[in-house]
Amino acid sequence: MALSTVLETPGAGFNFENATRNAALEGLFGGGQTPKPLKTGTTIAGVVFKDGVVLGADTRATSSEVVADKMCAKIHYISPNIYCCGAGTAADTEKTTDLLSSNLSIFSLNSGRNPRVVMAVNILQDMLYRYHGQIGANLILGGVDCTGNHLYTVGPYGDINKVPYLAMGSGDLAALGILEDGFKHNLELEEAKELVRASIHAGIMSDLGSGNNTDICVITKQGVDYIRPYQESEYKDKRNIKYRYRPGTTPVLTEKVVTLKLEVVQEAVQKMDTA
Amino acid sequence: MFRLYLSTQADIRAYEKESVRKKVTMNSRGLRSQLKDSVPVAGLCPQGAYGVQDSLRSGFTSVKNELLPSHPLELSEKNFQLNQDKINFSTLRNIQGLHAPLKLQMEYRAARQIQRLPFLPSSNLALDTLRGSDECIGFEDILCDPGQSEVMGEPHMMVEYKLGLL
Repeated sequence: MALSTVLETPGAGFNFENATRNAALEGLFGGGQTPKPLKTGTTIAGVVFKDGVVLGADTRATSSEVVADKMCAKIHYISPNIYCCGAGTAADTEKTTDLLSSNLSIFSLNSGRNPRVVMAVNILQDMLYRYHGQIGANLILGGVDCTGNHLYTVGPYGDINKVPYLAMGSGDLAALGILEDGFKHNLELEEAKELVRASIHAGIMSDLGSGNNTDICVITKQGVDYIRPYQESEYKDKRNIKYRYRPGTTPVLTEKVVTLKLEVVQEAVQKMDTA
Repeated sequence: MFRLYLSTQADIRAYEKESVRKKVTMNSRGLRSQLKDSVPVAGLCPQGAYGVQDSLRSGFTSVKNELLPSHPLELSEKNFQLNQDKINFSTLRNIQGLHAPLKLQMEYRAARQIQRLPFLPSSNLALDTLRGSDECIGFEDILCDPGQSEVMGEPHMMVEYKLGLL
């Protein structure tokens, strides 16, 4: 149905038509009752060790005070040699990392090379600065490329920091305490995994927004080992009964079956050239 | 290691409550510079004959809605491509002299004219290749794809609007 009020095709990208309406609606709610976006109040950590990078994350996603997802995947795939942990608004981290991954795969198809971690960081910086922090994504990028093992953090405004060990999210203070105490340069693989596990565990124990299981991702020159979950939490709720209702619990009043009669009108066979 | 956030959660909540109370929705300090050179935007200027608001098509007027954008990113996003081009061309002019941006802008103008009729989606293939955006994916390729929009304009009116006959 063609509308006579539309005089130009709407532009692609973000659409701010409803911004005034939303601001007015928020005023109506009297502050504090609008639905909050799904945040990953989180603990994420990363450590550079001798042969690569270890990334760790908890698996709880919260929506204000409710745990929305107990097994949320916070370590996102960017490219075969780069993975990214995301804290902040869940949708923002997902979409931003997806876009980054698509851009990097176009680049590797064009040039035939594995992307470097600095390239991923620069793309993220440009993208996040353009939106002036409105995209709430705090990311830890870790990867191995031809220049070595790298660990970067990118904030929502596009500020970056390159460090050998790192923690982000609401549980970062607790995790950072463990990392500061136990970090040494050129750790072995098992020591690095244990250090990251201990730091995420500290974050889970001390922060309300982090919890449930721990995921670990080890990136080395040989490949990636994504262990999900690395450590399951001891506090798992055991449901006593099943909440599945038997068929027949709700009485069926009437039933009407209409058969959809389809007849073959035309059939055309096209041979595919698979030479 | 440094802390990236200097305000606690309590501060952020207090600020939000205060701004709702004072009806402050955005910081309009830097707007003047953005509004000054911006390309006139159809949503922010009154449509219709004689520059008067066309109530039938666009609803009732509100001076605030027309002068100030409602979201901090609205203006900068509308003019983003233009500003990027300006920055790139001025840098190119400073490095290589006037001829370089002149030649490139001639090509851009030619590529920009390859469009279909207003109500049909144009691929902008030549323009994308010149800009280098055929090898990038951004939010403008994923969100609000014009090929999948829910509303469709009346073809005759769109052509008349484009030609200025409306």
